[in-house]
Amino acid sequence: MPTRTSGTNPAHRRRALDPGTASQSGPSAPGLPSRRAVLAGAVTAAASTWLLAACDAGHTARDAVAAAPPGAVTLALTAPPANLDFTTTSGAAIPQALMGNVYEGLVAVNDDGELVPALASAWSVDEGGTRYTFELQKGVRFSNGDEFSSATVKFSLERVNTDAWTNGLKAGMALLERVETPDPLTAVAVLKRPSLAWLRSLATLIGAMFTPSAVTGLKGSAVGTGPFEVSSWKPGQSLALTRRADYWGEPAASPQVTLRYYADNTTAVNALRGGAVDAVVGLASPELLAPFEKNPEYRITQGTSTGEVVLSMNNQAAPFTDVRVRQAVMYGVDRAGVLASAYDGRGTLIGAPVPPTAPYFEDLTGAYPYNPARATELLKEAGVYGTTVTFSVPDLPYAVAASQAVASDLTKVGLKVKIKVQEFPAVWLQEVLTAHRFQLSVIAHVEPDDLLTLLSSGYYLGYDGARVASIAAAADAGDTREYIAGMREVVRQAIVEDAAADTLFLLPALSLMRASLRGLPVNSPTTALELSRVVKA
Amino acid sequence: MSGLWRGIALAVARTAVTLLLASVVIFVLLRLVPGDPAQVALGVDATPEAVAATRAHFGLDRPWVIQYGEWMGGLLTGHFGESFVSGQDLSAIILDRTNVTLWLVIPSVVLALLIAAVLGTWAALRRGKVDGFLITVGSQLLMAVPGFLAGVLLVLLFSLALGWLPPSGWVVPSDAFGPFLARLVLPVLALTAVQAAILTRYVRSAVLDVSGADFLREARAKGLSRSEAMLRHGLRNVAVPVLTVTGVQLSSLLVGAVVIESVFDVPGVGSLLVEAVGQRDMVSIQGIVMVLVAFTVIVNLAVDLLQTLVDPRLRVSPRVSGAAA
Repeated sequence: MPTRTSGTNPAHRRRALDPGTASQSGPSAPGLPSRRAVLAGAVTAAASTWLLAACDAGHTARDAVAAAPPGAVTLALTAPPANLDFTTTSGAAIPQALMGNVYEGLVAVNDDGELVPALASAWSVDEGGTRYTFELQKGVRFSNGDEFSSATVKFSLERVNTDAWTNGLKAGMALLERVETPDPLTAVAVLKRPSLAWLRSLATLIGAMFTPSAVTGLKGSAVGTGPFEVSSWKPGQSLALTRRADYWGEPAASPQVTLRYYADNTTAVNALRGGAVDAVVGLASPELLAPFEKNPEYRITQGTSTGEVVLSMNNQAAPFTDVRVRQAVMYGVDRAGVLASAYDGRGTLIGAPVPPTAPYFEDLTGAYPYNPARATELLKEAGVYGTTVTFSVPDLPYAVAASQAVASDLTKVGLKVKIKVQEFPAVWLQEVLTAHRFQLSVIAHVEPDDLLTLLSSGYYLGYDGARVASIAAAADAGDTREYIAGMREVVRQAIVEDAAADTLFLLPALSLMRASLRGLPVNSPTTALELSRVVKA
Repeated sequence: MSGLWRGIALAVARTAVTLLLASVVIFVLLRLVPGDPAQVALGVDATPEAVAATRAHFGLDRPWVIQYGEWMGGLLTGHFGESFVSGQDLSAIILDRTNVTLWLVIPSVVLALLIAAVLGTWAALRRGKVDGFLITVGSQLLMAVPGFLAGVLLVLLFSLALGWLPPSGWVVPSDAFGPFLARLVLPVLALTAVQAAILTRYVRSAVLDVSGADFLREARAKGLSRSEAMLRHGLRNVAVPVLTVTGVQLSSLLVGAVVIESVFDVPGVGSLLVEAVGQRDMVSIQGIVMVLVAFTVIVNLAVDLLQTLVDPRLRVSPRVSGAAA
């Protein structure tokens, strides 16, 4: 074979293959290096160039192995935050990681759904119900050293109503007129009208306290008053929270809690078995739990979430413009059966889009018992028996599973159902949520206290919000008892009378953990996942 | 200008045109696909005004020509831009995550080639015998196993049942090389299995073709043994088709690794792409797909060049091929 190379110029070829090696090729005396040597040289050069670059492959996705302090806890989750800025990005993943851990509000909601003091040690409301006076905690500092005071409260709350915020939840702050700062430790919020719901919304992300010096670059950094600060963030991969020594309250139990985001539940559960994580939080594949149920090394907790899985019927599109057709769906869908097939029976039947941790929760599962005969009757009465409807289903596992059970139930009572699976979020948001091009759909609504959003005019459900607006406004302006009674009236009118939407079930808050892990919240009454008490025993 | 240089210049020009066309196609397709990045970022509670403001913030309200020009300008100076959703500079992230995927792909291809060279040759030389038949059937079966299934089965056996290797994860190699290797083994095996099966079949048929060729009979007549003749004259001819297939497989492996990455929780470029598509993060998707296209095109270019090295008959210029003959 060497004889064959004699007439060619190997150095040319070598240069062509890998410019990086050209300088080492030396004088191009014909016939010196063989073709085989050129080939080997080129391959070696390419391989070593790549190896050099690839030695730190993955450094943008993983933290150094040695970086975690002893006692650090790692939790597996499946929905990564797109960035760290919930002022301009929606979704539950960002507040889940940051609220209560990095950012804090004046008030908080505890595991039982009760309002408790946070950055405000106490508060009072005047007779008219529009002036809330907050006494602030002393000696609170942001993680960058800035002091927390009534000026911070004024800055943070009033900023929600500026264009700096684009998250749709900012609407909850619309009735704030201004914040007064009589002294550094007293803040007075003046509302345009009395509202109890507003106080509760301060425990959600719109109540988060920011320091004016750190509101640029929120997508990649977070400066708050909470027990943790962000020590590392790898987009789509992990978020490390490190305990703050200078926290104003009781310091976090663990020196570091890392949230690791996995592409799917099976991989996350395998990581738990392999010891890479200490718990899987918010497990969305309940069928994976079976092998762990009797294993004493692991513990399963099942709490309530705020994720109501709602079967929406476009109230503005035939045949669901007719209340009888909507009632037929309410009677015709066996919700217990849907829960069994979509979520392995784990979850809660609630009958209305109100979670049990909400103050005005009421068990309405009996309002529309499963009654296929009655459903058929109603469909015949409305003259739509045998009609075909399209069911736009987001490509989420629980939604697809639920849609199949719903479709089979509806077919039995006399509606033909055509399932159309759509990519979530991109396509579903565009088609169903924004353009209202759908008849039936199903999605979990995870924001706390989202009942009135669901029932507002112009929202994709197509419900005529005017039917409950005055009841809701009166409830919000009253005292706690009137608020609860009024909101229950809203639910009865919209959900029971008008059959605006069928609430299939409440998603469970499922966690699977090593038995030695303590302090992980069981329920999630807001979207926040509070981590300050999490610790390895 | 020698024929070799002319060939290289042609190939490079072809590569540049391919990349330019690809960039236009990627850019336009992404803007025709349903789904608005601003709507995805703002989610279910967004008001139309907020969506419009976010679109403007992302720069999506400007004419396509300007958006494209800006993107290309960045690419030519080595900047992939800034992610819509995470706000991070993409250049470092895309290259790093591509390196992670190459850690899976390159060892898999090398391993698959070695296995295929041995098994394929064996199967060809033992055609009609039991062992040759078994290799052929085995490779056919393995070709039908999807990569993710191989992955899940490997995890079940080696991690969960035997406990020999970690089931998933990634450790930066310069950080801790041992744990890095331990986590590399299973995903590489899962990728290798199917590739080795495919390549084995190509090697087998290439060896069969060559072993019936006149020049090999000639070599035997000269007094070489069968294996000597195959080693000295046959292998080079076997290499040409196998090299072509390997080039194609390398590209498809890079993209196909996405499934393996998700099964084994490997932060490669495939998982980055899937995240970006879910969020309609246009700038990220454009950048990642361009890197994948560039990789494919360059691998093809390299395969072409390697083939001219392996097989002198493929050279362009009469002078060079004349000299080599």
